[in-house]
Amino acid sequence: MRIPCPHCGERDHAEFVYRGDATVVRPDPDAPGAARAFHEFVHLRTNPAGLHKEHWYHEGGCRAWIVVERNTVTHEVMGAVTAEAFALSGGLSGRKANA
Amino acid sequence: MSNSRATSGTGQEFRLASGGLIDRSQSIGFSFDGKRHNGHQGDTLASALLANGVRLVGRSFKYHRPRGILTAGSEEPNALVELRDGARREPNSRATTTELHDGLKARSQNRFPSLAFDVMGINDVLSPFLAAGFYYKTFMWPAAFWEKLYEPVIRRAAGLGSLSGKPDPDSYEKATLHCDLLVIGAGPAGLMAALVAARSGARVVIADEDFLPGGRLNSERMEVGSLNASDWAAKISGELALMANVRLLTRTTVFGVYDGGSYAALERVGDHLAQPVQHQPRQRLWRIIARRSILCGGAIERPIAFGDNDRPGVMLAGAVRSYLNRHAVLSGKAVTVFTNNDDGWRTAGDILALGGKVEAVIDPRSAEDVSHLRAMVGDVPVFSRSRITGASGSKGISSVSVLNANGREIRLETDCLAVSGGWNPAVNLTCHMRGKPVWNDRIAAFVPGNDIPAGMRVAGAAAGTLSTHGALVQGSEMAAAACAELGFKVSKSLVPDAEDAPVSIQPLWHVAESKSRAWLDFQNDVTVKDVKLSHQEGFKSVEHLKRYTTLGMATDQGKTANVSAIAIMAEIAGQSIAQTGTTIYRPPYTPVAIAALAGRMTGRDFKPFRLPPSHDWAKEQGAVFVEAGMWLRAQWYPRKREKTWRQSVDREVLATRRSVGVCDVSTLGKIDIKGRDAGKFLDRVYSNVMSSLPVGKVRYGLMLREDGFVMDDGTVARLGENHFVITTTTANAGLVMQHVDFCKQVHWPQLDVHMVSVTDNFAQFSVAGPNSRAVLRKLVDAAHDISNEAFGYMACGRITVCGGVPARLFRISFSGELAYEIAVQAQYGDALIRALMEAGREFDITPYGVEALNVMRIEKGHLTGAELHGRTTAGDIGLGKMVSAKKDCIGKVMAQRPGLTAKDRPVLAGFRTTKPEDSLSAGAHFVRMGKEATTDNDEGYMTSVCFSPSLGQHIGLGFIVDGDTRHGEKVRAVDMVRGRDVEVEICSPHFVDPQGERLRV
Repeated sequence: MRIPCPHCGERDHAEFVYRGDATVVRPDPDAPGAARAFHEFVHLRTNPAGLHKEHWYHEGGCRAWIVVERNTVTHEVMGAVTAEAFALSGGLSGRKANA
Repeated sequence: MSNSRATSGTGQEFRLASGGLIDRSQSIGFSFDGKRHNGHQGDTLASALLANGVRLVGRSFKYHRPRGILTAGSEEPNALVELRDGARREPNSRATTTELHDGLKARSQNRFPSLAFDVMGINDVLSPFLAAGFYYKTFMWPAAFWEKLYEPVIRRAAGLGSLSGKPDPDSYEKATLHCDLLVIGAGPAGLMAALVAARSGARVVIADEDFLPGGRLNSERMEVGSLNASDWAAKISGELALMANVRLLTRTTVFGVYDGGSYAALERVGDHLAQPVQHQPRQRLWRIIARRSILCGGAIERPIAFGDNDRPGVMLAGAVRSYLNRHAVLSGKAVTVFTNNDDGWRTAGDILALGGKVEAVIDPRSAEDVSHLRAMVGDVPVFSRSRITGASGSKGISSVSVLNANGREIRLETDCLAVSGGWNPAVNLTCHMRGKPVWNDRIAAFVPGNDIPAGMRVAGAAAGTLSTHGALVQGSEMAAAACAELGFKVSKSLVPDAEDAPVSIQPLWHVAESKSRAWLDFQNDVTVKDVKLSHQEGFKSVEHLKRYTTLGMATDQGKTANVSAIAIMAEIAGQSIAQTGTTIYRPPYTPVAIAALAGRMTGRDFKPFRLPPSHDWAKEQGAVFVEAGMWLRAQWYPRKREKTWRQSVDREVLATRRSVGVCDVSTLGKIDIKGRDAGKFLDRVYSNVMSSLPVGKVRYGLMLREDGFVMDDGTVARLGENHFVITTTTANAGLVMQHVDFCKQVHWPQLDVHMVSVTDNFAQFSVAGPNSRAVLRKLVDAAHDISNEAFGYMACGRITVCGGVPARLFRISFSGELAYEIAVQAQYGDALIRALMEAGREFDITPYGVEALNVMRIEKGHLTGAELHGRTTAGDIGLGKMVSAKKDCIGKVMAQRPGLTAKDRPVLAGFRTTKPEDSLSAGAHFVRMGKEATTDNDEGYMTSVCFSPSLGQHIGLGFIVDGDTRHGEKVRAVDMVRGRDVEVEICSPHFVDPQGERLRV
């Protein structure tokens, strides 16, 4: 698989470390129901057959965490942005990362 | 005869006097089963054996049936031989792809005591008992017999050659290639495609498994444009080889297709030589990244199954043509052709044209259907509406039985039968991404479907385009389309004239009238009857058929067998071939040696050591080393007269506690963190508060995982208002770097903080013991005051040493003594350890290894990965108070889960033996005195143990329920694995200097 690192260009997947679902956002620890929210954040993942956004770490390159959009059925990679850009733009949830 | 055979002087009685793509001026000597033969440059082992009249080349896997050469390519199921001698001995080499080199030694396999007389041939007589599924049915019971009895016996009986058992003396390497267009196969379609693409300016890689580009063009008597087909291939490949934007890889098999336009290819750099050229690998594994590809891998001819069709001398018609036209070898003195399609007739025509003898042509089609072909064979008898039912002659056929149009069986004397059942496009690579081929009635074969890998196109015979002109046109068109997609300008190129015959075929998979067994998979000995049996026993899907009969599971992956077996299964099941479908094609296309996949990563290079900066010095001292994670570290430094490791370690510990010791701690992870929000950031990744740490101070830090368990520990040093250096444990250095990067980039991207690993940039030494300050005072430049008043416990700062060398000094202690860690740039590490030893000489400074380091940290109750093993909480290790209530941090919320805060969790405690002769073992479980050692009574476990020279007894750290309040109580430490049961007393984990007074002097 080839992954288009926003910094380094298209690189072999062996340079990257896979983490998983990039659509989960760390909950507010002070909000009511934080215990449940963290349980879900840490343990529960959707496992879609099709398009998915995933965290990959370019450990063998620029050390950027990136959000890769990938088709989990065909392994087609649609594109990638840095996790920073993804979070600052509101990511999937439309919610800005908490300062 | 227009082309008389070669003189008997060379021994090559089946070689024509002229023609072929061989160099008769070069005679090459080789041996087969010890007998000397000669061949020529341009021969394969198979063509040279045929030239010398050798037809029996091996025994089959299961029944030990005599077998000959079936094909002229990598699809060969029969002619597997052992090559070379000694450590280079290699079994299962296909004679059909083995290039001849002078002195080549080849041996047949699967025979004992000799190829001609093989005692295991008894299996063939026993075959009624050895049908498909035999192993499954017979060796089911008793289970224990399988490993001890059945498998070794079967393995010996059914071996496929044998390995040398010696290390491979050759090297292998891996390399990567990028290109716009990868052309797989250099036959007519591939050469044309590469030419068109190359002329457009695209970067082209063209790979072919053969040593001679051209594919079938080298095996056929035909013209392309105004040239002989093989001359045209030579001209085009010559042109391609000279183009700067083209890489022509011969002897290179593209064997796998992977995601994102990645292809794997194996280049046999030195397989054709007695041994590889010096400094060159034997094989090279290419990872090819191609924006587009065109598969031009051609087609594979298939046999027709009839009685005893596996006899030596029964060959594929196309292979007979290859040996004839390319190698100038007649495969028999009187050849019979059995074909259900027009292409097979070419074999008869070519043999006649070159002066050979054709006994007859047998074709199941009607006289009318073959009337247009008769002119090709002159007065050779033609049997239409006929089929072959059997072949006779065990070590080489001598006759065949023909069932003619009138239903009468006729016997024909013949020593070679050229069979063509049609051609199967080599669709394999189109299916590696789970694509499914589709059935094409016109050519009676599977062709690539619409779900081929992204970026791939298929041209020529691989696409089902079986005429030469069709292949040239399609190769050109596909290349033009691929190049246009990539933005290259393609100029109109003229496709040369060539043969353009339509395909005419009447499917015939097996001859039902055969009396003896008709063979499908020659390598795994699967017959038509086995397919019937599989169906009868309910294994009807092709995937079940494959596994029940082992069809297609041999080293050739059933290249000549699978489609016929599928067709026969369809026939038995009364369904169409399309409905029956194929099994899944997977890489590799042809076998790949593990050595090639390993490349340079063999032996120590598979897992190289990281060496700390003092390694060379430690080696000079005669240190004993130990692998610790990725590092090679000094374990202890033995001295003369020390007989056991304990003597060395005890000495190192006592010397350090008495005076001063030094240890290389460069392996600890070090992360440099800067930015206006660095303190705020560290507050979030550590459980305790870091933002309040004064500049010039160090603090112990605990990191949790988000699920609340302890991840790692280390120190945080504040070198400036916005500058911290943190350390991690050696083992977790990479993981923590990844973690803090994740926290910053994903959780808190808006924080102004930046970090980088500096583990390799600094050499760091622990200088520990009451005289450590005195030693350092001699090295630290006078401008820096390191007195206890000026540079107290947990101080840190930038200093210079040895007259201006920049360094960092941290007053931290893992041993429990007055201690410092001093860091310099890594390149000064070797000089610093030597300077420290020199400065410490008057104090009897003692280097200590990781064993003494471990003893001292256990004596002090400090933790390592043995305690921070991923299932312990901050509370478990007695540091519950370090999870600050004032702020959020990673893991804080989930650390409050009931299970993680339960009162009955085992917590950290120290343990000491009650009898001086006892020793302890990590992994022992604690049970109350008088209680039975059962899981129900388990109260915890020991994590670290050592002999403490400071206390003169064995001590340990571990986790036990209520461990903080049971000091003084005696419990059993039961180690079921080592059979030990020792009484221990629970105590404080701080065995040495529990008040920490030594640290602060």
